[in-house]
Parts: sequence; C-alpha cells; structure tokens
Amino acid sequence: MDLLLKELPQQLVNGLTLGGVYALIAIGYTMVYGILGMLNFAHGEIYMIGGFTGWWVLHLLSRNHQVVMNAAVVIALMIVIAMGVSAFVGVLTERFAYRPLRNAPRINLLLSALGVSIFLQNLVLNYQGAKARVFYVHSLIPESVRLIHLGPVVITLTRLIVIAVTFLLMALLSIMIKRTKAGKAMRATAQDLEMATFLGIDVDRIIVLVFIIGSALGGAAGTLVGLLFTQVDYYVGFQAGLKGFTAAVLGGIGSIPGAMLGGIILGLAESLAVTFLPAAYKDVVAFVILVIILIVKPSGLLGEKIQEKV
Amino acid sequence: MEREPVLKFEHIDAYYGSIQVLYDINFEVYPGELVCLLGGNASGKSTTLKTILGACKVKNGSVFLKGKRINGRPTKEIIAMGVAIVPENRRIFPRMTVLENLELGAYLRSDREQVKREIDNIFDLFPILRKRANQMGATLSGGEQQMLAMGRALLSRPEILLMDEPSMGLSPMLVDQQFEIIQEVHRRGTTIFMVEQNASMALSIADRGYVLQTGEIVLHDTARALLENEMMKEAYLGGRDDEDEEDEI
Ligand SMILES: Nc1ncnc2c1ncn2[C@@H]1O[C@H](COP(=O)(O)OP(=O)(O)OP(=O)(O)O)[C@@H](O)[C@H]1O
Ligand SMILES: [Mg+2]
Repeated sequence: MDLLLKELPQQLVNGLTLGGVYALIAIGYTMVYGILGMLNFAHGEIYMIGGFTGWWVLHLLSRNHQVVMNAAVVIALMIVIAMGVSAFVGVLTERFAYRPLRNAPRINLLLSALGVSIFLQNLVLNYQGAKARVFYVHSLIPESVRLIHLGPVVITLTRLIVIAVTFLLMALLSIMIKRTKAGKAMRATAQDLEMATFLGIDVDRIIVLVFIIGSALGGAAGTLVGLLFTQVDYYVGFQAGLKGFTAAVLGGIGSIPGAMLGGIILGLAESLAVTFLPAAYKDVVAFVILVIILIVKPSGLLGEKIQEKV
Repeated sequence: MEREPVLKFEHIDAYYGSIQVLYDINFEVYPGELVCLLGGNASGKSTTLKTILGACKVKNGSVFLKGKRINGRPTKEIIAMGVAIVPENRRIFPRMTVLENLELGAYLRSDREQVKREIDNIFDLFPILRKRANQMGATLSGGEQQMLAMGRALLSRPEILLMDEPSMGLSPMLVDQQFEIIQEVHRRGTTIFMVEQNASMALSIADRGYVLQTGEIVLHDTARALLENEMMKEAYLGGRDDEDEEDEI
C-alpha cells in the first residue's frame, strides 16, 4: 500500500503524458468520422509518418548524434515539420482515396481507407526498412535538466515537453472550433452537411480543413511519442491507431471534447493498470475498455446518440 | 411593363437517378411577390426547391435567377447569388447555439458590424430568440425553431427566400403565427417562393399560386382566383383542413 501511494503520483503523470498523445490521435478519428461518417483506418499511418518525419528532422540536424542547433529549436522544428508532412499526406489521402467515393456506399470508403493504410505502411517499409529508427535524444535534453523533481514525483523533461505540447495543441484546437468562423462552419458541416451547403459553406474545403487539422495533430503525436520512447518503425501506426480509435469511441465518436477526454482516461487507465498488474497487461486495458464501452454505452461518454447518417 | 423575374423555370425536367420527378415545369416569381407552390404529398414540391439550389439533376430546361441561367452551377454559387432557404423540418443545427445558428446564416457576408445589427433586428422580430440566444438549437420548440430558421435565412439578405412547408409539424395556433410572420417579412420587401400543402393558409397570404400534381403544374392563377376555383375547392381547399396532418412536436 505504501508503495502504491508512492507510485500513484508518478503513474498519474505517466498517464497524463500517454493520455495527451492518445487524445491527439483520437481527435483525427473523431473529426473525420464526424463529417464523413467513416473510420479513417489510415490515420495510424499518418501518425507513423509524423514519427518518421520527426526522426528525419532530428537526423538532418545532428552530427554524430549531437544536435547542431539550439535543442528547443530542433524540437520545435521536428514537431512543426512532422505536422506539415502528415497534414500533406492526409490531404492527398482525402483528395485521391476518399473524395472520389463521397457518394459511394460507406463500405467502399472503409476499404479504400484500409488500402491507403496498407499502401503507406509498405511505402515506408520500402524506403526505411523494417528496422526501427532511433531518436538520439540525449543531446537534445542535457543531463543536468533531464529529471525534474516535483515533490514525490520525478518527471523527465521529455514528458514535461510532451504534456505541454499536447495540451497546448488541444487548447488551440478548442478555441479554433469554438470561436472562429471556420470552426463554426466545421461544426455545422458535421451536424448537417446538406444544410451547411445551403448556407453557402464550401463543404469540400471544410473537409480538407478537417483532414489538415486531424492529420497534423496525428503527426505531432507521432513525433512526441518518438521523443518519449526514442524509436519509430513502419508498424507503430497500428498500435497507436487502435489506442486512438479506442479513445475516440470511449469519448463518443464524433465529439472532439470526447476524444480529448477519452484519450486522457485511456492513458490514465493504462498507467494505473501497470501499478497493479504486470506491465504486460498494459495494452490489454485498451481493448477491455473498448469492449465494455461498446456493450454498455456505444455512444461513448460525451457522444450523441448514434444515429445512422443519411 | 415587363419586369425581369427573380426566379424563372423554363421547361424543367428533373430526375433522381433515372426516375423523373418533375415534368416540363414553368413558372416565374417577380420581385416583391409572394408566390406559393401547392401540392399534396410526393407531388415534387421539395424537389422543385432542390432544383433551384442545384441539389437535384436537371435533364432538360433552364432555371434563371435574375436572368442568369443557374442550373449546373454549384450550390454555394447559387446561394451567393442571393438565394436562401427555410427547409423542410427547419434543419436547425442542433448542437450550436441560437446565436451561432443565426451567424451561420450570414456565412457569406463580411460586413460583421452590419450583421450584428441585423441579428439584433431578428431578435426584435422574435423576442423569444433573444432569450434563448445561448441555448442549443436542439432545445428549442418547433415554433421557435421555425423562427430561428427564418431568421437564419434572412441574415443572408436573400433576393429570394425559399420556404418548404413552413406549417409542417406546427399546431394550428403556431401555423397562424407562422403565416403572420411570413406575411410581415414579405411586407418588408422580401421576395418569397413558398411550397405548401396547406393551400387555404398559403393562398390567404400569397399573391399568386401554382398547383403541382405528380410533377406537373396543372393550374396557376392569382391567389384570390385560386381560392374561388372549383377544382381547387374540391381537391385542396375542402372544408376539412383540420384533417391535414396530426404530427406534433
Ligand atoms: N433523394 C431521392 N431519391 C429518389 N427519389 C426521391 C428522392 N427524393 C424524393 N424522391 C421522390 O420524388 C417524388 C417527389 O418528392 P418530393 O420530396 O419533391 O415531394 P414533396 O411534394 O416535397 O412531398 P412532401 O409533401 O411529402 O414533402 C416522390 O415520389 C419521392 O419519393
Ligand atoms: Mg417536401
């Protein structure tokens, strides 16, 4: 028990880190589902590409595993460029794999997404190989500040950065969705696409915007996890995609606040589980939650009643 | 004196896939008029409105807006030319506030200060909406939603306002109120093209009317003449207007 109390704050911090990342991934699923009513199976691969992009930027800016610039600048560049590249791939995916099927049966869209997922995985496998790429972070984060003591909790600077960036991005998104004209148009389109067009909203552009935002956040998550676990390979999108999807369903698919909440809860649940259970059970937690929520409350914590989209 | 119609249909044949729904439709609406299109269930009333909005496939014929042929153009362009709609079932955005719903009506406008003033005018016209300004659309009653849909449409400052069965789903008292509102909006200068099943109600405020039967216009005349027309009396006006539809919210 004593041990538990000592570990609890630590696991909460770990859970928050992981949860923020899951939330970022979940937002992409939920936004696309909200507007197109489809599960974008390729979203995990968008995340993976973000991870590789972050690694690539770090690699380009390093000599002998030492960064050649101010570390904060390097980290910022890694995240921003990863967001850009992922957004670009997301937009291409929408343009060439989904838009031509806008009026086709939903199942065709799903299959197309699955195809994109396999295609992107193999594309990266082809160019990067199956071996994991390693993020040499020790020069990014100097020894002297690597660990930060806050009372009973020890936070690595990396975790602190991950938490700060994820929550900053979520705050920016929330403000954008709530206050800006584009944000309102996005919500309107998600709630009633045809009526949105009757008000003069360019729905095609809104859909592109949704893919840009969702994919950029997924890409940021990819790089942040790369910093955290210091490696990336062509297959990381599968696991991350499942976690993000679970978080989105937990929060209520279609709901952005739901995705954020779902991600954080899932992250905390996983971290707390390893306090009680062997670490090997960590990944089972997500599936247990997924199954329970699908049985007990398929509409999720903050979701609307699920209704067939017309 | 030959004025240019705001809206004109010329020999329109419209289809859903391969199924023809409108047959050789001709009509026009002149500036300042309130024209109604009457017809029973599935006669093609909503399809006519969708045809104007570019949301339905036209095979033959032309739709003109202020003299410009618009069929084939994308919906957003047609809206930008000055068309607004109060659709069937109102289609309020359920998880957006009343204020946000109104703001979206002015989506294509960039004169923010003027829009703010006009939203205030809408609130003067419908005081209940001011009270509900920060409530979600889904929480409004049917009558309130109808007002909101009207306000939302007016905020685009339309050259022509399309209305699809404004009486649908409202209790008789609210129907009266609704038609007073439409009359008031028309009196203030908005050109209106309204689709209705409730013929006697619609004709009581309209200038002219067209009658649609299974996709064909079978009759058109001034509202007054239609109210006196024998065939109309028999088929659409017959004393039992309380038999209409019982759907309540
Ligand atoms: N999306 C569609 N696809 C195929 N057929 C349709 C579609 N929408 C309407 N129809 C058909 O077109 C015909 C006219 O429909 P429309 O909705 O225009 O009628 P309406 O006069 O508005 O009827 P109501 O009073 O019930 O609203 C009907 O037979 C209907 O079944
Ligand atoms: Mg109709």
